[in-house]
Amino acid sequence: MKPSRFHYVRPRSIPEAVMALQRHNSKVLSGGQSLTPLLSMRLASPDVLVDINGLTELSGIELRGSDLWIGAIARHQEVLTHDLVKTHVPLIQQALAYVAHPVIRNRGTSVGSIAHADPAGELTAVAALLGARIHASGQQGPREILAADFFVGPLESSLEHGELVTGVSFPVLDATWGSSCAEVARRHGDYALAGVCALVRVLDGLIVAARISIFSVAGTPLVIDVMDVHEDPEKLNLKVQALIDPDTDIHATSDYRRQLVKTLVVQALTEARVHAELRQS
Amino acid sequence: MEITVNGTPLSARVPARRLLSDFLRHDLRLTGTHVGCEHGVCGACTILLEGKPVRGCLIFAVSVTGSAVTTVEGLVNNDGSLGIVQRAFHESHGLQCGFCTPGFITTIHAFLKENPHPTEEEAREAIAGNLCRCTGYQNIIKSVMRAAELIDSGVRDDH
Repeated sequence: MKPSRFHYVRPRSIPEAVMALQRHNSKVLSGGQSLTPLLSMRLASPDVLVDINGLTELSGIELRGSDLWIGAIARHQEVLTHDLVKTHVPLIQQALAYVAHPVIRNRGTSVGSIAHADPAGELTAVAALLGARIHASGQQGPREILAADFFVGPLESSLEHGELVTGVSFPVLDATWGSSCAEVARRHGDYALAGVCALVRVLDGLIVAARISIFSVAGTPLVIDVMDVHEDPEKLNLKVQALIDPDTDIHATSDYRRQLVKTLVVQALTEARVHAELRQS
Repeated sequence: MEITVNGTPLSARVPARRLLSDFLRHDLRLTGTHVGCEHGVCGACTILLEGKPVRGCLIFAVSVTGSAVTTVEGLVNNDGSLGIVQRAFHESHGLQCGFCTPGFITTIHAFLKENPHPTEEEAREAIAGNLCRCTGYQNIIKSVMRAAELIDSGVRDDH
């Protein structure tokens, strides 16, 4: 259970980090709460590890235009307690409450967990649902990738070799929007057997937009617009079930996951509506 | 790397792949920090990094150069007597085999700094990331509540 040897680089700037990442079989180290176990179990053996923990310019959480920007080394715990996040994109904090344990959240980073593209990741689902943009820097300069184009498979993103994720920007949600995250795990803090994030817009007491993001049931988060069916639980379930095909594994059968999704979708949508009304009152 | 461990600044030369938990145990011979699962699940290796609890096995030692680390050894009072959480574990039988204890002590120490008057429910939530295979947790919860009592009664704790 020890990582294999690697070359360690601690860059002092983003260009230095990008340069180090050009080397063969390199990997970024931020919080390391997902990466280190993979290294210890030798499921990953990078030749070069580029430690970005010293890049303080990537630690920010701030409003940039109509977006909330979270930098690549902002720790989960900081995001979870930050006022800007609470006011402008509360879904991030609703989801973060399910992410691991406080001790892990002290070191792990929110952007790192998105870059990791874990299909069981709550923040992966949040980024997909909100249409967040992932900011990457490479040798060709910076670029932005829409969450929908970023997640391509389990632990697989459309990031090119040699690119560094510098931050993620989330669209700010005014008080007409309500959100919720609901999941079922064997123990609190474990990977979810199934989970759902929901987002609704309520104007004059009426829902005018409703969509959900389902995680832990496929290789990438699955975003579904449910505006047409949200009022009828039966139609809602039919639409959702037709789009998912969960695996059976040691933790849960496919049928059980389908049952969880059915319940969680209704729960998350109901909570999201209540949340919108609460924000407006 | 430069690092301050339990108040003592020191410099060391370590391989990049050395985990912080192994650095403490093998290089510094501070074997109070225990290594259980070595992939972040059990919590036995929990130490305080700048006062915040983190998993020693999920951090490379080189990555925390310039930081201050506190281990279970560092939570003993300066005169060698037990710190408050350690004393509470002793009094409330919060341990049996003792393997998981260092991780609990550090986690609870940091938790009580933030929340010195926890409810039992909050105490349960605070230790949810640490595994114990002996006690069934009941006496660990009691130890958290006892430590809170000791803090309230003004018992000495140097940390």
